[in-house]
Amino acid sequence: MDGQANTMAVSVWRGDAEGGAFQAFEVPLRESQTVLDVVTWIQQNADPTLAYRYACRVGMCGSCAMMVNGKPRWTCRTHIERALKDGGLEIAPLRNLPVIKDLATDMSAFFDKWIAAEGVFRPSKTRADPIEPVDPAGAMRIDASAAIECINCGICYAACDVVAANADYLGPAALNRAWSLLNDERDQGQEARLAAVSRRGGCHNCHSQQGCAQFCPKSLNPTASIAGLKRETAKNFLGRRR
Amino acid sequence: MLDLRLYMLQRLSALILAPLVLGHIAVMIYAVQDGLSAAEILGRTQGSWAWALFYGLFVLAVSVHAAIGLRVIVAETLKLRGLGLAAFTWLVFLGLLFLGARAVYAVTAA
Amino acid sequence: MTRPHRSHPLWYAFLLHRVSGLLLALYLPVHFLVLSMALTAPDSLDGFLHWTDQPLVKLAEFALVFLLAVHLFGGLRLLALEFLPWSPRQKTFAAGATALALLVSGTFLLNAV
Repeated sequence: MDGQANTMAVSVWRGDAEGGAFQAFEVPLRESQTVLDVVTWIQQNADPTLAYRYACRVGMCGSCAMMVNGKPRWTCRTHIERALKDGGLEIAPLRNLPVIKDLATDMSAFFDKWIAAEGVFRPSKTRADPIEPVDPAGAMRIDASAAIECINCGICYAACDVVAANADYLGPAALNRAWSLLNDERDQGQEARLAAVSRRGGCHNCHSQQGCAQFCPKSLNPTASIAGLKRETAKNFLGRRR
Repeated sequence: MLDLRLYMLQRLSALILAPLVLGHIAVMIYAVQDGLSAAEILGRTQGSWAWALFYGLFVLAVSVHAAIGLRVIVAETLKLRGLGLAAFTWLVFLGLLFLGARAVYAVTAA
Repeated sequence: MTRPHRSHPLWYAFLLHRVSGLLLALYLPVHFLVLSMALTAPDSLDGFLHWTDQPLVKLAEFALVFLLAVHLFGGLRLLALEFLPWSPRQKTFAAGATALALLVSGTFLLNAV
């Protein structure tokens, strides 16, 4: 492959919380090249001041997500063939999060909302108690299984227009986490969890646009989880007033 | 913008509206066949308790549903929040309820 | 024109639901005021209804019926999504709701002309 002879035009967002602009780079085309490879090439060969974030490079840690040609993607597992538009790439920091520098965003709000959505395990037993059996074929366990394996990459959060329109909205990842815990038979914090996802900014703001499910690299479906939360909170609402 | 209470109001009003809208569409398709006239419409509705109830419930449900729907749009696109948003929601609800109730009265009063 | 993260069918289904809802909400006061003319100005009401016999107005009415039907069927899709067990066939349902709305409003148009 004559990778060195061919190059692609890459436009990379440079700046910080105050603002910024796109900067153009010419990057050599290589075989089996990922978007993260492209960013790394720029940082190592063209401009060492380029800031970006990654760790595992194999789709486990969830730290390298960026906007690639306008779509949120995990850059370490996105081959450029899948993302190239007119032979070029536009790489920007993840949407809906404040920028620290260049391609690195401040994900504090994203993680704070996990806590606000009661996305925290509240055990009903102590370590002194015997291990509680959970039936792998049980209905709750099946619902929980569909919602786990999230890697906290923030792609659903960046894809969501409700997050963009409403800064208080907890977002797909936090609500998906709340749903997986709502289906955990060992958890005793369900009342507080239902209350947490029912406040302003809670699950009821979701418009089921399903961008979260469209772009989730782990093929999770936060919209389905949020629908589950809507259903359970509605049942609770009607039950309490009967 | 939407808490559980408003969400429930929005979905319950939708559940009430669904069969009413289906009925309304059926009436429209039937009534439009040989052109509309005031006499034809009023002949059907005037003095009818059934139509008054049908469209009275329609107006109530649609006032709730449209007020909450517009509330979400205004909050998300114009970033209106707090007291202003609450005032807007109530204004739309009461405005539609008043105009709608007057219209139902106008076509069903004997 | 649409931003890339929005270019998928279910986002367009959302857009259709929002735009139809907005337009219907804006049309409602006009609809109510015209009907109130039965009480306040019965002669003008008949004049207005005659005005609606024009082909262009009939076309606008067809659009209104489509908006109402697509908001109804799209809304039923959302109620099913939220309150019935999850189905992976979301795009099929959205397309079906739009097709059904076209069928219903088309029936209206055929009866109106």
